[in-house]
Amino acid sequence: MLQNFIDAYSPDNLRYLFGGLGITILVSVVSIIGSFIIGSILGIIRYVKIKYFSAIVGFIIDIIRNLPLILILFFTYFGLPNLGVKPEIIPAAILAMTIFESTMLAEIVRSGIQAVDPGQMEGARANGLTYWQGLWHIVLPQAMVKMIPAIVSQFISLVKDTSLATIILLPEMLYRSQIIYGQNTNYIIPMFVAIALMYFVVCYCLSVLARYLEKRQA
Amino acid sequence: MIHIFANYGGTLLYGLGQTLLCSVLALIFSLILGTLFALLEESPSKFARGVARVYIEIFRNIPLLVITMFFYVVFPLYVVKMNGFTAGTIGLTLYTSAFIAETVRAGIQSVDPGQMEGARANGLSFWQAMRYIILPQAFRYVIPPLGNQFVNLVKNSSTLAFVGGFDLMYQGNVIASSSLETIAAYSAVGVLYLVITMPISYYMRYLEKRLA
Repeated sequence: MLQNFIDAYSPDNLRYLFGGLGITILVSVVSIIGSFIIGSILGIIRYVKIKYFSAIVGFIIDIIRNLPLILILFFTYFGLPNLGVKPEIIPAAILAMTIFESTMLAEIVRSGIQAVDPGQMEGARANGLTYWQGLWHIVLPQAMVKMIPAIVSQFISLVKDTSLATIILLPEMLYRSQIIYGQNTNYIIPMFVAIALMYFVVCYCLSVLARYLEKRQA
Repeated sequence: MIHIFANYGGTLLYGLGQTLLCSVLALIFSLILGTLFALLEESPSKFARGVARVYIEIFRNIPLLVITMFFYVVFPLYVVKMNGFTAGTIGLTLYTSAFIAETVRAGIQSVDPGQMEGARANGLSFWQAMRYIILPQAFRYVIPPLGNQFVNLVKNSSTLAFVGGFDLMYQGNVIASSSLETIAAYSAVGVLYLVITMPISYYMRYLEKRLA
């Protein structure tokens, strides 16, 4: 058994696996940045209630939020070519993750803004700020502080969800581990241990960060 | 999309049934496991708290797909043969139970500590107080987040497609590759997912508003 572990963790295999970790991190980081920006904008649109527009945006957000991410991956990777666009695997994965996670974040942002005491906005308006100034300078900073733990846990989900992109053959950790143990079944357990550990370390660090931010805020 | 429903209605309905069956089974088992671990985390014993913490951290921080693949690939080799549906349901149960444990624990903590003190002062043991005083109050707060967990569960059950669980997502792939109409096939699958998840998540938002 021990010998299996030693053989499985050969330098070549480890380099290959860590390359997968690199792709996981690349896809995660780009999607985190993209979905944070788009999600915040969508959340604000939903909160400010622009006639018709906000309702339509809200409905689309609800549709995407309630679909499985795997389905959205299929849409971007297998569906888009039918419409004449043929994305590469990594951009397709990033696109799907960003679309899906932005809608999740939009919901967090909306409820975060709503949790701010309405008196804050009234006070801002009474002091002569416009609605948008009040939102930007008074309400949003307070809402952000409240939202940070929920946002970080959403990013933890995002990192874990990158593993679903193996279904469109994104060469990340899980996919690469399958290639390695496909060559030798003795490597199955060592490979599962390795990728579980790698995901655990990344996600656990993020959840420690989330808990720290939560404590600091309280 | 309508002709997909017309031509493959039976396949889609079978997939929908498997998805619902798997989700409901996983919900029941993960509610039991999750509540158990939430109670262990709130218990006076340091050892029990440690066990619960380790369990929750492991299953919260490892992707669902890795857990499911573990049961699908490793178990048949060393322990017991299982089909994709079983492996997927076990994976979903373990994964979701960690989140439910966190939710239930937050519910328990939201109950005024005076309730526990009062119960103990009236002669109830810790576990009696939990069972008769704290949990009934905690569950009221926990219902909206639990409903959202169920929505997540239904969405996550699509991982069954990876292990040949014959769920909705799996059937969607079959239809997409046999009809070659990917967009129509996946849209049909999407509509069926939304039929389950949308009403639940709207109802939970309504409950949340009413509770607040």
